[in-house]
Amino acid sequence: MTLNQLPAGKLGVVLCITAEGPIRRRMLDLGLVPGTIVKTLRSSPAGNPTAYLIRGSVIAFRSNTANQVLIRTIHRR
Amino acid sequence: MKMDSPITDSIVEAIYAKAETITNKVVKTPIQQKETWTNRIDNIVTSRALGFPLMLALLCVVFWITITGANAPSEFLARFLFMIEDHLTAFFSFINSPSWLHGLLVLGMYRALAWVVSVMLPPMAIFFPIFTLLEDLGYLPRIAFNLDHMFQRVGAHGKQALTMAMGFGCNAAGVIAARIIDSPRERLVAIVTNNFVPCNGRFPILITMATIVSSLTIRSAYQTVMGAVIVLAGVLIGILATFLVSWGLTNTILQGEPSFFILELPPYRKPQVGKVIVRSFFDRTIFVLTRAVIVAAPAGALTWLLANIKINQLSLITHLSTRLDPFGKIMGLDGVILLAFILGLPANEIVIPIMLMSYLSAGAMLELESLDAIRELLTANGWTWLTAVNFIIFSLLHFPCGTTLLTIHKETGSWKWTALSAVIPTVLGIIICIIITQITHLFLPLF
Repeated sequence: MTLNQLPAGKLGVVLCITAEGPIRRRMLDLGLVPGTIVKTLRSSPAGNPTAYLIRGSVIAFRSNTANQVLIRTIHRR
Repeated sequence: MKMDSPITDSIVEAIYAKAETITNKVVKTPIQQKETWTNRIDNIVTSRALGFPLMLALLCVVFWITITGANAPSEFLARFLFMIEDHLTAFFSFINSPSWLHGLLVLGMYRALAWVVSVMLPPMAIFFPIFTLLEDLGYLPRIAFNLDHMFQRVGAHGKQALTMAMGFGCNAAGVIAARIIDSPRERLVAIVTNNFVPCNGRFPILITMATIVSSLTIRSAYQTVMGAVIVLAGVLIGILATFLVSWGLTNTILQGEPSFFILELPPYRKPQVGKVIVRSFFDRTIFVLTRAVIVAAPAGALTWLLANIKINQLSLITHLSTRLDPFGKIMGLDGVILLAFILGLPANEIVIPIMLMSYLSAGAMLELESLDAIRELLTANGWTWLTAVNFIIFSLLHFPCGTTLLTIHKETGSWKWTALSAVIPTVLGIIICIIITQITHLFLPLF
């Protein structure tokens, strides 16, 4: 599944990043690499963008950005 | 070298893997106790129910503090600066200077300067620190987070909300703030549309006219409420125009792939109040004021010349405004108003003083003592509520001030974008004023 499908409060682990170019670069800079654990925190009032907890910082992605990250849900840390 | 090569990927992965093993060895994270403060606050300020109302309320509170707080210091500054003017006048007559020199330097340049400083300095000295406090607190990224969806719909960037918020203080500052948007296309959208949010220089116009409209339409205790509603409506018209023009731009000359939106929501922290006040005062207030002063002084001199050079007994101002009058009438305004906006290009604060000066055929800019006196003068010159409404619309939708235009040129490095930033709002303003006026003329006789 992709990151934008991960419901609020759930954890996932990054499998791979399908984004290309500067977005990919920026994601790698944030530490979004295969194996990174992410948690969906909340959506903005309009439902998009959504904030994620990534390596201790809170980062918001629009859904058309978050869908370029493949993840697998995990249940416990 | 291609950026996305597997090698760079593996390098980044290796770096993070190494960093992780090191942090795991040396950093101990206590098991999180329930929820952090940041999380709790975010649950409220970005919630579906309270996110928008809180933002709007905050905006109103900031305006209210700025306007009411600036009143007294503005009056004090004006009194002080005009007292100096009296001394200057005394000095000029003491050295027997010709009256044109005194007029040009004191009644023209100095008076325009005194005006701009006394009108602009106090609200900016209040607004910018408040804005910087919110910035330091960490609230501003939440505004971008809340509003991004609306900006996405018009093809713009969520961070444009922040450049707009900055524009309420000063559009030139808002244009500079657009640097926070990485994508050149979306940054241009933010720059070109920033002028639609009324800055501190135009707020006094908005407030004065709102008061006049409400006193021309209703006569009761509700006048002040009506005035506040009109000011808010003015702000909302500006925001609406921002979205409309952003949409228009991204669907015509600024088409392209929407760039990505990645926004960090940092944890809230206690703002460093002292530092914030000093920083916002020197970085923003003084910066903006200096630029305004640089353009206001020559504008004051020019206005004085136009008002005092006479051809066939009539001043150049009268000649010019008579020329503009037919077009002004189509827009529901008049030649004097249009000329005041044109001469007010350097700084919007001097639009109303120039207009009053022209109506009174006086030789120098002046401000009447009370709103009642202004209202009487305006109605004597054929003003109705419709004129005041069109005045409000045109003050929101017209070319940016000289300072902002220079800043746009500096930021974009292009005369084309500078020209477009002036043409788009002006054309929009003219069209809307014409539509309002013609429709009113068509239907009003029916009632």
